[in-house]
Amino acid sequence: MFAYIVRRLLWAVLLLIVLSMVTFSIFYLIPRLAGATPETLAARYVGRAATPETVHLTAERLGLLDPVPVQYWNWIKGVFTGAEYDYGSGVETCPAPCFGYSFITRQAVWPELLDRAPVTISLVVGASLIWLVAGVTVGVISALRRGTVFDRSAMGVALAGVSLPIFFTGLVALAFFSYRLGITAPGGQFVPFSENPALWAYSLLLPWITLSFLFAAQYARLTRAGMLETMSEDYIRTARAKGLAERKVILQHALRGALTPVVTIFGLDVGLLLGGAVLTEKTFSLNGLGKYGYDAIVTGDLPKILGVTLVAGFFVILANLIVDLLYGVIDPRVRLE
Amino acid sequence: MNQSRSWRARGLAAAGVSAALLLAACGGGGPGGEQGPTTQAGASGFNAGSTSVVNPSDKKGGTLKFANEGDWDTLDTSETYYAYSWNFARLYGRSLMMFKSAPGKEGNQLVPDLAEGPGEASSDAKTWTYKLRQGVKFDDGTEVTSADVKYAILRSTDKQTFPNGPAYWEGLLDLPSGYKGPYKTPNMNTDSAIETPDKYTIVFHTKAPFAAFDYLAQQPNTMPVPKDKDTGAKYRNTIVSNGPYKFEDLQPGKSFNLVRNDQWDPATDPNRKALPDRIEVTLNVNPDDIDNRLISGDLDVAVTALGVQPAAQSRVLQDPTLKENADNPLSARNWYTSINPTVAPLNNIECRKAIMYAMDHTGYQTAYGGQFAGGDLATTILPPNIPGYTAFDLYPSGPDHKGDLEAAKKSLEACGQPNGFETNISYRAERPKEKATAEAFQQALSRVGIKLTLKPYPQGDYFSSYAGNPPYVVKNKLGLALNGWAADWPDGFGFLSQIVDSRVIRPAGGSSNTSVRIPEVDQMLDTALTELDTDKRNQMWGEIDKRVMEEAVIYPGVYSKALLVRSKNATNIFVTDAYGEYDYLGLGAQK
Repeated sequence: MFAYIVRRLLWAVLLLIVLSMVTFSIFYLIPRLAGATPETLAARYVGRAATPETVHLTAERLGLLDPVPVQYWNWIKGVFTGAEYDYGSGVETCPAPCFGYSFITRQAVWPELLDRAPVTISLVVGASLIWLVAGVTVGVISALRRGTVFDRSAMGVALAGVSLPIFFTGLVALAFFSYRLGITAPGGQFVPFSENPALWAYSLLLPWITLSFLFAAQYARLTRAGMLETMSEDYIRTARAKGLAERKVILQHALRGALTPVVTIFGLDVGLLLGGAVLTEKTFSLNGLGKYGYDAIVTGDLPKILGVTLVAGFFVILANLIVDLLYGVIDPRVRLE
Repeated sequence: MNQSRSWRARGLAAAGVSAALLLAACGGGGPGGEQGPTTQAGASGFNAGSTSVVNPSDKKGGTLKFANEGDWDTLDTSETYYAYSWNFARLYGRSLMMFKSAPGKEGNQLVPDLAEGPGEASSDAKTWTYKLRQGVKFDDGTEVTSADVKYAILRSTDKQTFPNGPAYWEGLLDLPSGYKGPYKTPNMNTDSAIETPDKYTIVFHTKAPFAAFDYLAQQPNTMPVPKDKDTGAKYRNTIVSNGPYKFEDLQPGKSFNLVRNDQWDPATDPNRKALPDRIEVTLNVNPDDIDNRLISGDLDVAVTALGVQPAAQSRVLQDPTLKENADNPLSARNWYTSINPTVAPLNNIECRKAIMYAMDHTGYQTAYGGQFAGGDLATTILPPNIPGYTAFDLYPSGPDHKGDLEAAKKSLEACGQPNGFETNISYRAERPKEKATAEAFQQALSRVGIKLTLKPYPQGDYFSSYAGNPPYVVKNKLGLALNGWAADWPDGFGFLSQIVDSRVIRPAGGSSNTSVRIPEVDQMLDTALTELDTDKRNQMWGEIDKRVMEEAVIYPGVYSKALLVRSKNATNIFVTDAYGEYDYLGLGAQK
């Protein structure tokens, strides 16, 4: 098991390096191949009054005058050994892992990523717990009461949840619960867990519910379908024939079998969202990784884009690893050995 | 920790204030009953804040909450280059001159701030002397001197460190050859450009006459920076204030607060009331959320003043209560279209005139959002709130403003293209309003046989590589280019210099002026800059405007307007023409 985990982690590092190369190429190499010069690339990062000399100086400051492989080498070297940054009146050392400095705000990227990660992690952990519990519960009950009013209502709500975009449900929820009723926190509020757990939960309650509404719907439908399938399996009939209590049949046998695809999707969803719950963070003005990445893309802030991409990639790889390990726990038929 | 209660309390308080305002409105009473001493009767109603003070009060205290839908460009006064930021910077910094904190046109008036009076000019308008007020201090208690002002201006000329700021000083001041700012050339003598003969005197030497120098002196880059506290590009996070407020808890990209600067002495500052105790600014807030919060009373100011989003727009305009608490000011911005005489057959003025006549002016306005969110129909380059503006219409577009097709056809015949011609129109792909305008052009001009092909380009290098790149324009036949311009300051030079002076056109691209190449206009601009009489100079700007319009190289679309929602909590609300925004210096808070 240990060797397996180590092997997977080494692969993860390699994957992240490849990911960084691909991202770097998309933003640095392809524009150059398409005819862009360092100056045309730098023109995005100067004011409207910039002279050609200013643009050239900016290209020089951003390192865009170097050949692209040299730029990548300098960047990757910074990640492992740190880098130095000239801020005009002096030089600052950016310790490893140095993901560079924002082309726009001139802030070091890595501390900003660390600063924003707790927001995204808090959002995703809370929302995923809600959607997992709610979605699986509703899915199980719907499967057991197939064709009843509950089943149809639950699946109708689930369909609405899947269909409604979060920038709609989020804004409506904010307008009603926060600004009209005043019972939830307004947008843009985040209190770290370490500072005050109660306020942490209060500040994230509405984003959690809104985000989980979207995902719970999918999980309810997925669980319902899985349960309906496993409930008709032979081993369920055998369990019942052996005289097992219905609760035990459902929870220990049927649900367990139905959970495998749910866990797979859950791992992927959590991994992707940890890399950035873009729409939720944007709608609720939460300064997490998703909004950070979105703003970076809008402004073409390459070091930030690279940083967020790698963090997102890391979370996806990590989530996949955890899911693979969990398979063996959930389903006795699957063993890593 | 009582943040939770505080949020709820604010919600209840906001509801209470809303109810009070509603009751006051229903009873016909004016605001101000519980707001402390008022200085004058307040105006009210839709757009009242554009010309008068709404909810006037001298009451000190309270908190104002601002939100920005993006990040601040920079809080460093040597580099910041957005109107909202210049408006806001006056809260924590003092420039040599400033725009008077007053409603409407009065807000366009320059008044001395850090200086004791306006600049004293030499007869050739090339030497300008300012005397500084004594007793002005930084927030660390050290006195502000002329050396601090000089240092601030010189550091702003380091364009490798501050590439985003305005570039007037390095072009105008008589700096020594090879000077690259105080970081890279610290030992170079710069007295040829700026002298500081004593602690309270600063003398500027320019390479060419510049009669409107006081406008340069109001730029935030004349706000002093203490050399020993300067941290270059990082100074944006450690600003040393010399205004009535200083920074607290500045979190880059997230938020910052302004709190009272106890070193600020009101005796040295006749321009600022400094009413609120505290100003809280949140960055990167969802624009729709900003609108919701403004309407509910949870927020006071959308700092960028771009106007409410389309969703809130219809809500505000259709609800009488919301509408009467909204303003629709004109900003010093013209959304226009360049008509390039370098692209045949637009090298013939009659073909250019055909476009001027054939365009559906109301279509232009609709594309930009209509009369409230888009703006007023423009017939000149200078917007009405720029001194020197003269009303004229050289190319009337008919009684319904949908174009004069007969006049257009006559122009086409005179041009030798009676059946029309083909050309291209460029716009910024990321801007739906520009796309809609290009389509409006396409539709309107097709009525007289002019066929337009739409050419979208990325806005990041729109001017450097495409619409502002002369060889590219010719090669790709970009006869028309969607464009827009806002004045750096409300003055003819501030508005016109970058868009009608042919000498700003760079062969390699990058200029906003893509179509105006009139040597006579260049000469007129130079002459205006030697005229020290403000009224005469303003008259010259109007003449330049008319001369450019005669050449039909610019199609003026709309004088930009924005729909702003007034805060329920703020007092002293008014729009200053200097920025076309609420005057952030004058605002107070009820709670």
